[in-house]
Amino acid sequence: MSPGQVSPGQVSPGQVSPDQVSPDQVTGPQADSAPAARQEASPGAELTPAIVTKGLTKRFRSGQLAVDSLDMLVPQGSVYGFLGPNGSGKTTTIRMLLGLVYPTQGRHALLGVPMPAGTVRVLPRVGSLVEGPAFYPQLSGWDNLARVDAADRTADPGTAKKRITVALDRVGLLAARKKHYRAYSLGMKQRLAIAASLLQPRELIILDEPTNGLDPQGTREVRGLIREIATDGITVLVSSHLLAEVEQICTEVGVMRTGRLVFQGSLEELRARGAARIRVTTTDPTRAAEVLGKLGLADVTAADGAASAALGDQAPEQICRELVYAGVPVAGLDTPRPSLEELFVGLTGEGFDVDG
Amino acid sequence: MSTAELSAPRGDTPPTTDGVSLAGRALPRNGLRGWMRLLGNELRLMFRRWRNLALLGVLVVLPVVLAIGLRVSMPHGGGGGGNGPGASFFAQLAGNGVFLSFLALTILLTLVLPLVVAVVAGDSIAGEAGLGTLRYLLTVPAGRTRLLSVKYVAVVIFGLAACLLVSAVSLIMGAILFPIGPVTLLSGTTVSLADGLLRLLYVTLYVAAGMAALAAIGLAISTLTEHPIGAIAAVLVLAVASEVADNVAQFAVIHPYLPTHFWLSFDSLLRAPIDTTTLLHGLLSFAAYIVIFGSIAWARFTSADVTS
Repeated sequence: MSPGQVSPGQVSPGQVSPDQVSPDQVTGPQADSAPAARQEASPGAELTPAIVTKGLTKRFRSGQLAVDSLDMLVPQGSVYGFLGPNGSGKTTTIRMLLGLVYPTQGRHALLGVPMPAGTVRVLPRVGSLVEGPAFYPQLSGWDNLARVDAADRTADPGTAKKRITVALDRVGLLAARKKHYRAYSLGMKQRLAIAASLLQPRELIILDEPTNGLDPQGTREVRGLIREIATDGITVLVSSHLLAEVEQICTEVGVMRTGRLVFQGSLEELRARGAARIRVTTTDPTRAAEVLGKLGLADVTAADGAASAALGDQAPEQICRELVYAGVPVAGLDTPRPSLEELFVGLTGEGFDVDG
Repeated sequence: MSTAELSAPRGDTPPTTDGVSLAGRALPRNGLRGWMRLLGNELRLMFRRWRNLALLGVLVVLPVVLAIGLRVSMPHGGGGGGNGPGASFFAQLAGNGVFLSFLALTILLTLVLPLVVAVVAGDSIAGEAGLGTLRYLLTVPAGRTRLLSVKYVAVVIFGLAACLLVSAVSLIMGAILFPIGPVTLLSGTTVSLADGLLRLLYVTLYVAAGMAALAAIGLAISTLTEHPIGAIAAVLVLAVASEVADNVAQFAVIHPYLPTHFWLSFDSLLRAPIDTTTLLHGLLSFAAYIVIFGSIAWARFTSADVTS
């Protein structure tokens, strides 16, 4: 497979095949400026993935395996929801992506540039918010952004004022620009961090838990901001431990569990993973369960007033007919599918579930 | 620190792909100017911080108190207690206020100046790590070597400012409270006031060089932790331990290798002819500490995981 042949459409869920795209392969011709590339990004268009990792692994010196052979692929122009419970390795992954933490194994590339060797080359094109906002409490919002801008050797000092103004305005902090950072509310701090990632034109924005600790109003604001960024054609990776928070804005999701990527693909693909069941409401659940079993359905259960089983590839109407033939008094019949949330919980485990 | 990185625009840029990746935005540019801009920002941050200003305030207050105290006790005779260069400065002070600067530098070098440098050097990287701002600077990306070099130069400038402040304030106080005129050196020769002041400048720069060596140690320790207080304490303990060891005769063998051993050798500048051998030994010792601990700081900082 030649570089650039991977397109969002071709990346299938669950079956991530790292061999198709390796950091070595993706260093080829790069897409032109992001907005232009975005408009042409119809399915099948040839684009360098915004993020690709191959066998990315981090074992800390303590021996803890934080990230285990991660094969991740974030297509250009997508909004990628990076999901998983706290402690599943999301933040460590993001730190590796940005060159803050060095992987113990594996490779990765951002916008086609191998990392961490290309850190200073590619990161000016990448905006990020890692593990919550962090700024100097004694400085104003404005001065904090000025410091971030001063650290960027690609930034033009001549346009700094204008860029800082635009970034602050974009997150609604222009009025609070002279206020000390320590006086900011959590939502304002979060938004200042997003403003910092918008100081320069970016092709990729990585936001680690941008809604963490925000009230519903703040969450909605940040979500709106992300949607806005994405409509500009910028690839966004947004991590969260709550599916509901990113469900509405994501085109792709990756689900982490104890350091491993257990799912990757579109939300539809995740939904399709949920096996439908058939549920029969009846006064004779025992008899109904018998019939369902005879039809070859798996996972048959009989409860008070209802029997159910995994639907598999059988037609519900056929099953209904069989039930009626067998003399089961069918009062109701439906085929419930698990909600996204249920699927997500199924993937990540309940609460404090820890894998070996 | 890598001066190559400062002047060279950026070594790792392949000429082909960059520049076209973002329309109209050449990546990167202004190597040295960008470095200076970050240094300027770092200095502003440093000199606007209340804690640092308080430290500088102490360096103003102490020479003033010292001057007044000495002026008040002067009628009882010029003979000061103790030994070492401090005692001879003390003896000279009655005749010339310029010696207040040498006396103040000598006294403050035992603890206060090292403390000031320890605070800013120990805080340099550890403070950013503890605050979490380090990860934001590095993802900008500030560049690890580049950031470290800016941090070090800023701390050295702060140390220099501290030494100059002590000299200037004591000089002013000396001029107000004591007679001022041609300077009689420790070797007995008398030189003009202008020559004396020039020597004071050299002495101050020499002391600042010693502080730069301590700053390198502080920078290295600062890269090891994300707790600035721990780093600051460690630097200070090291400086004091070195001074104590320097005063134990049984440790004479290691004395020349101690980081603090040559700090007070600036009295060589107050002789005619100047004792260049001791002076060069001192500067060589400082340079060695800067190179060794600068390398340790660089090796650690460019390879460490930033998890703060």
